Amino acid sequence: MKDVEMKMLERAKALLESGEVARVIGWKKGDFCFDPAPASFETVEELDNFVYDYFCGANLSKYLIQMSKKEGKTAVFLKPCDTYSFNQLVKEHRIKRENVYVIAVECMAKLDIEKIKAKGISMVESVEVVGKEVKVTSAYGVETLYKPDVVLTKCATCTKTHQVKDEEIILHERPARDVDRFEEVAKLEAMTADERFAFWREQLSKCIRCNACRNVCPACSCVKCVFDNPASGIAAKANDDKFEEQLFHVIRAFHVAGRCTDCGECSRVCPQNIPLHLLNRKFIKDIDNLYGEYQAGETDEGKTPLTSYTEGDAEPNDVMNGEAK
Amino acid sequence: MQEVTTEKKEFTPNIVAFCCNWCSYAGADLAGSSRLTYPANVKIIRVPCSCRVNPMFILKAFQQGADGVILCGCHPGDCHYVTGNYYTRRRMSLLFSFLSYMGIEKERTRVEWVSAAEGARFSAVMNDFVKTVTELGENKRLTDLRIKEGK
Ligand code: SF4
Ligand code: SF4
Repeated sequence: MKDVEMKMLERAKALLESGEVARVIGWKKGDFCFDPAPASFETVEELDNFVYDYFCGANLSKYLIQMSKKEGKTAVFLKPCDTYSFNQLVKEHRIKRENVYVIAVECMAKLDIEKIKAKGISMVESVEVVGKEVKVTSAYGVETLYKPDVVLTKCATCTKTHQVKDEEIILHERPARDVDRFEEVAKLEAMTADERFAFWREQLSKCIRCNACRNVCPACSCVKCVFDNPASGIAAKANDDKFEEQLFHVIRAFHVAGRCTDCGECSRVCPQNIPLHLLNRKFIKDIDNLYGEYQAGETDEGKTPLTSYTEGDAEPNDVMNGEAK
Repeated sequence: MQEVTTEKKEFTPNIVAFCCNWCSYAGADLAGSSRLTYPANVKIIRVPCSCRVNPMFILKAFQQGADGVILCGCHPGDCHYVTGNYYTRRRMSLLFSFLSYMGIEKERTRVEWVSAAEGARFSAVMNDFVKTVTELGENKRLTDLRIKEGK
């Protein structure tokens, strides 16, 4: 990871020094080793705070909506999953492509500090990853964890590879992994309606409507969101005791259906640890089954499943009765 | 010993039917003028095209107390605006499948294609839907999440 970071830093410096780009979007050091934050660097000096490590899970593509409209080019580091969001945003004309310089970087599967803490380790000071081992140094000593146990959920079920062309790629491109990202969805589908309802009630009633999932989502890029409209009756910060939790999540998932790249940011940022990816993946799974496999953000052109149709599409009632496949 | 009579009050569901102006709404008219009946608890909301129905309308209908929501449009290929119902078909397939995934009984939502000439079909569809929802009972799941079981 250190060598990737070095190379990234080198590129960032060179691009800023030569004036080829006006700013670089990357991650800067946080207060702790586990909370680096997205940041924009405009000078070489500012790069002193630059960091790229196993906690840089944030997807930077959404920042380009604003940054690409500024004067001068913006360089951005994109991990494999982020490149899909980037393509999707370009396709939706939200990013000025010509103003962006993409540097695709290897991710190496990011760590989830919550999962590390859940192992009973607190006051984490530093981590070191060697192969499948994570050595965590805390105020109480050193512990070694098995990496697949503590990576971000989105990384654990990731099947993505870099999707941007004509730009430089730092370090080797990772081959696509073969994992079944729909496993959990299928488990839920196999339950009875009562069990599913109980599952979601338990999950969604934790929601505090902080809106973090919406704010971080690259597919939620509307200038004025329906949930910010006071006339909608659901603009309130906290959910009422009505069915608003469901309403918010159904509508949000529906609005990003066919456009959600499954970048996993929503689940990553949710302070309540609600498995939001299980909502979006249901739509993705249904779309794949009914209208042919579709991966949003694989390219930056073409129609999405919900803005197209074929005459022989499945009938809703057949879908509901499980007869359409 | 006193005999206990349990008089069950019959449940009449609230049904909201979104009907396209060009077909099923006229179909309802035809049903009426042909003296075919459909239950009075079906509340029809006229829309210019089935694809005018935003998922929010459906959820709001449930929130306001609907026990079942049915969406009627022109048969695929016959849309007054040529392609509207093709989009409806995809949207509603996905939305209703999703609601079922969230644990909402799938019998509460339905899409039917009813043309202006199908008065009898309109009446049959509505009677059948009302019967299904009546058997299912009251909608509790899309009104208040925090109601605890058994209360
Ligand atoms: S991030 Fe989590 S708690 Fe916040 S609004 Fe989204 S689901 Fe609710
Ligand atoms: S809904 Fe979640 S997974 Fe999908 S694009 Fe938005 S943040 Fe990413």
